[in-house]
Amino acid sequence: MTELSAHVVILGAGHAGGTLAALLRQYGHEGPITLVGDEPIPPYQRPPLSKAWLKGEADAESLALKPLEFYAENRIDFRPSTRAVKLERSARRVHLADGSTLSYDILVIATGARAIALPIPGAELGGVMFLRTAADAEQLKAAVGPGKTLAVVGGGYIGLEVAASGRALGAEVVVLEREERVLARVACQALSDFFTAYHQQHGVKFELGASVVGFEGQGKVSGVRLADGRTLACDAVVVGVGATPNDEIAKDAGLECARGVVVDLEARTSDPAVFAIGDVTHRPMPIYEGRMFRMESVPNALEQAKQAACAITGRAAPAGEVPWQWSDQYDLKLQIAGYAFDVDEIVIRGDPKTAKFAVFHLKGKQLQSVEAINAPPEFMMGKQLIGNRKPVDKIKLADPSISMKEVAA
Amino acid sequence: MAKITYIEHDGTEHVIDVKNGLSVMEGAVKNNIPGIDADCGGACACATCHVYVDETWLAKTGDKSAMEESMLDFAEGVEPNSRLSCQIKVSDDLDGLVVRMPESQH
Repeated sequence: MTELSAHVVILGAGHAGGTLAALLRQYGHEGPITLVGDEPIPPYQRPPLSKAWLKGEADAESLALKPLEFYAENRIDFRPSTRAVKLERSARRVHLADGSTLSYDILVIATGARAIALPIPGAELGGVMFLRTAADAEQLKAAVGPGKTLAVVGGGYIGLEVAASGRALGAEVVVLEREERVLARVACQALSDFFTAYHQQHGVKFELGASVVGFEGQGKVSGVRLADGRTLACDAVVVGVGATPNDEIAKDAGLECARGVVVDLEARTSDPAVFAIGDVTHRPMPIYEGRMFRMESVPNALEQAKQAACAITGRAAPAGEVPWQWSDQYDLKLQIAGYAFDVDEIVIRGDPKTAKFAVFHLKGKQLQSVEAINAPPEFMMGKQLIGNRKPVDKIKLADPSISMKEVAA
Repeated sequence: MAKITYIEHDGTEHVIDVKNGLSVMEGAVKNNIPGIDADCGGACACATCHVYVDETWLAKTGDKSAMEESMLDFAEGVEPNSRLSCQIKVSDDLDGLVVRMPESQH
């Protein structure tokens, strides 16, 4: 569809929805654009919430994707503090929580994902927090500082970033992880060991293999109860155990859903008039043909915003990207590209003790994924090798004295 | 505040007033200027805000950090005047700065 005058309604004003609205204007879309968000502020960047923002190194203005005036100046009808509650596809209409309805020619579902709550006693206590929104981050920032103890439930990237920021703010931090190692779901043992040791050097305590069975406190959390009977005292808790897609409206409307709203490489759902982008989607990726993914990352949100903007304005689809993400903790820059599918060998380049190394995951001679710590050449070249599927010489790859350019030649 | 001229690869010029303290990348993104993708939002993690700094401004935009240098080393179409625009902080000294965008950020 290349109707530049169509009314595009975007449900969700996160990184994906906000970027799509701006790209549509960049690409010459002339019709009305309505952007519906459930938060009171215009679209902003989430990654700094657990890092620069939490540490007081960024403000609301720098987080905003665009200044508020941008939306009016670009004829984007931004509707804050409301959300869609029902989608009527046959009438091409959505019902909003404020009681109004919106008619659309093209609908884009960009409703993201929400943090998973632990179904345990005390989960409703004050001071038991998530980190998903700017409001969450504000609450967390007020709760940590010198003399406070922060318990982080979940040793994934969010948990570890919060732990690092908590230490930077002077709080005592304990990370509680159900598995026997941190990052168990997303990284190899070498990386888990490295991060655990690095955080310990910075004063973070770990409870691994620790199952949290309840939170204690009167109105406000004062401790975390573990399955082994111990209770750890704390002043605040951040729960970072994953997210679940906000796909209810799509499911109710009969759109095909799996682990999120199923889309194609144009970000189109099973209804040609409805697109979906960002964390809420279950999508294919050209380089890992035949597999479907739900990815929670900014690059994924941006790529799908581009796909939808191109399809809506009649542009050629953007080139397929290699999925990637990053994390900042202390002075560490972690850059990850690709996914470690069907991996039969791991090659470590460099020395973890120097905090400058990369872990390559290979399937035969093909690079599937790279995790680079303070090693931009390994990340940049690794990302290219994952994308072009060229066979890699493992001997050269393992030898840091051979440049990555030569490895990839 | 500095007046910055962003020139797209096809020659389209955008002259924007950018507030001190923002980066040259943020000035572009907040004004919806095509050609600067800035996927990572300024974390120096992606090299998708690559620009060519007009030669006469090179001294004033300062030196590249080792991290920036390293990222640029693997970007496409890199020239001696290449910079990551997220690493250039705007100040009065940069009033009149001219940057050009590469053909693509990938």
